[in-house]
Amino acid sequence: MEMVKLTIDNKQVEVPRGTTIYKAAKLVGVEIPVLCYMDLKDLNIEHKPGGCRVCVVEVEGRRNLAPSCSTEVTEGMVVKTHSIRVLNARRTVLELLLSDHPKECLTCAKSGNCDLQNMAIKMGIREIHNEDIAEMSTYRMDTSPAIIRDLNKCIMCRRCETMCNDFQTVGALSAINRGFMSVVAPAFEMDLEDSVCTYCGQCVAVCPTGALTEVDHTRQLIRDLANPSKTVIVQTAPAVRAALGEMFDLPAGTLVTGKMVAALRRLGFKYVFDTDFSADLTIMEEGTELLDRLSRHLSGDKNVKLPILTSCCPGWVNFFESQFIDMLEIPSTARSPQQMFGSIAKTYFADKISVKRKDLVVVSIMPCLAKKYECTRDEFKVDGNPDVDYSVSTRELAHLIKQANIEFHSLPEEEFDNPLGESTGAGVIFGATGGVIEAAVRTAYELFTKKKLEKVDFMELRGMDGIREATIDFNGLPVKIGIAHGLGNARKLLEDIRSGKSSYHAIEIMACPGGCIGGGGQPLHHGNIEILKQRTAAIYREDASKPIRKSHENPYIVKLYEEFLGKPMSEKSHKLLHTHYVDKSKKIIYI
Amino acid sequence: MSRIKVELKKKDVDTIREICKSFDNQPGELINVLHKTQHTFGYLPAEVQEVVAKELSVPVAKVYGVVTFYSFFSMIPKGKHPISICTGTACYVRGAENVLAEFKKTLKIEVGETTADGKFSISCLRCVGACGLAPVVMVGEKTYGRVSPEMVKDILKEYDE
Repeated sequence: MEMVKLTIDNKQVEVPRGTTIYKAAKLVGVEIPVLCYMDLKDLNIEHKPGGCRVCVVEVEGRRNLAPSCSTEVTEGMVVKTHSIRVLNARRTVLELLLSDHPKECLTCAKSGNCDLQNMAIKMGIREIHNEDIAEMSTYRMDTSPAIIRDLNKCIMCRRCETMCNDFQTVGALSAINRGFMSVVAPAFEMDLEDSVCTYCGQCVAVCPTGALTEVDHTRQLIRDLANPSKTVIVQTAPAVRAALGEMFDLPAGTLVTGKMVAALRRLGFKYVFDTDFSADLTIMEEGTELLDRLSRHLSGDKNVKLPILTSCCPGWVNFFESQFIDMLEIPSTARSPQQMFGSIAKTYFADKISVKRKDLVVVSIMPCLAKKYECTRDEFKVDGNPDVDYSVSTRELAHLIKQANIEFHSLPEEEFDNPLGESTGAGVIFGATGGVIEAAVRTAYELFTKKKLEKVDFMELRGMDGIREATIDFNGLPVKIGIAHGLGNARKLLEDIRSGKSSYHAIEIMACPGGCIGGGGQPLHHGNIEILKQRTAAIYREDASKPIRKSHENPYIVKLYEEFLGKPMSEKSHKLLHTHYVDKSKKIIYI
Repeated sequence: MSRIKVELKKKDVDTIREICKSFDNQPGELINVLHKTQHTFGYLPAEVQEVVAKELSVPVAKVYGVVTFYSFFSMIPKGKHPISICTGTACYVRGAENVLAEFKKTLKIEVGETTADGKFSISCLRCVGACGLAPVVMVGEKTYGRVSPEMVKDILKEYDE
């Protein structure tokens, strides 16, 4: 590798040719400020449009200042990152960005977590020159069931576009128009709701300002909790416990299951339940469906379609409903754990505690923004009453806890309530990529081979590679499994299946990087993959600590089938726990 | 922006497909494809952009992004008699702006728009190489020189049917 020597702020550094000034500076402890730049190392995404010009530096002998994020080093280069000329330019750039930016920082949803605000603090901006002649953008607000777009706050960093088009390959967003009129928008400036958006929320996760935020249900939730005629119960997704701690300054990967339960109880939830329980239920239904299709396939039934695709991830469901409509028949019909929980809570559990459906409020705490949309789908309503009333993100939960004056660190560790709070290790690992299929294998293996599975850890299904495959030996029958996380990877996998290039028996897909632990509703990880790895490790630690690690051994699941559902894929199960998919591709056509 | 719904005939879709094919359906040829498509159809309605997006495997949002970025591309059909007012330097200093204002006032449309009856549209261009005649206005292929706001009414009258 050819090396290049250069000087940055009087420090010598030697780096491979092709390195940018920004990255070379990092090596000598010089952190050049960046705004539009984003580096998601392990996801192979480096977004360096060089558009905001906040990262400019002075290069000796060069007439113009150079954007360090996208300028490569050259031999003998002499770089100054904080000369007066640089500081003045950086300040001017920032003032120009701020000149047409709404000054709503006190009430903005991103306040305290905004890169633009932090940059203004860092640069010590005290006044904005020429503000009086700046023209404010007045783009309309666009509110979808999950994501709010307030383009007046957009600084055209275009990170969202990179996530949506390059990483997720959804293609809902693009920069449109030019100059002051430019914004990031769906095709023909239609509402997000009418576009191909999957609500995966990865755009929200990387937006540096308040331009893209989630629909917030916390105020409605507080009102419901205070309403004596309502019984408010909550379910918590597996990935939440592995990330919530970060919102309270705990290191990434700290498991806060017990404290989270305690906090929810103090917030006033009558029963604190676990989505892990319904994850176990999902395995019963989805695993049975897998075995059913597999055995029909083995006995030569030509009508059976394989591979079976998991259907827990609502971002993924939205994706195939709009972009892979020729494959609508292959995903499992099993509802997601969030919806299975809601359905069981408002039938089985409501009867048990003698509360009317309309008086029972089911709340979910999710690492996800697509879940907000999922619970509004008509299929998941009975006479207009939704199975899950609303879905709250991990970030919103943290705000709720802080608002309620709960000192999180001093909370005791408490246990979930029963019967919908008991879960196995298999339910926990739903939160990480590869986890759903590992949980399914643990159960399907035993049901298929009628033998006890001695080793429940399938290391070959774990990891962070975007696309993985493994063959699991079902007592002589090799079962081929594919895994993808990130919708761009899912697309590759599906296209290979469509073209006949590869064949699998079962495939797990999660829309977000790392699975739910990297979901759009999680504490912002700013592209630090180490954080995602720590959260994943926490999930597997919780799994390993559970006395029961196979879904079909969950005693409350066994009881639920005995008392209420009968058996997996029964008529009642079909009605309450399965769903159908709709062709949403028509939505792409402009009306 | 004005939203005109267009129903594409199979023949039209085939024409777009052929244009895309002539560029090997390469996503990188998007601008060239749009150029040729606009030349054929006169403008680029949403429905046309969707076909282009599908053929080139580019998100339709991206196609729309390109169409709105370049002022050459238009999503509104031009009028039967497209009016182009030169606002290049020579025409500008000799009062093209007043001429443009008169056209806008008389036809009650903005630059880039088309009258409701589809008869006239207004666009601006930069220099037609006839600076000696400034300010210059073109209606269709016909050129008018030394145009003053007072002449606008008479120019439009020529196109009465």
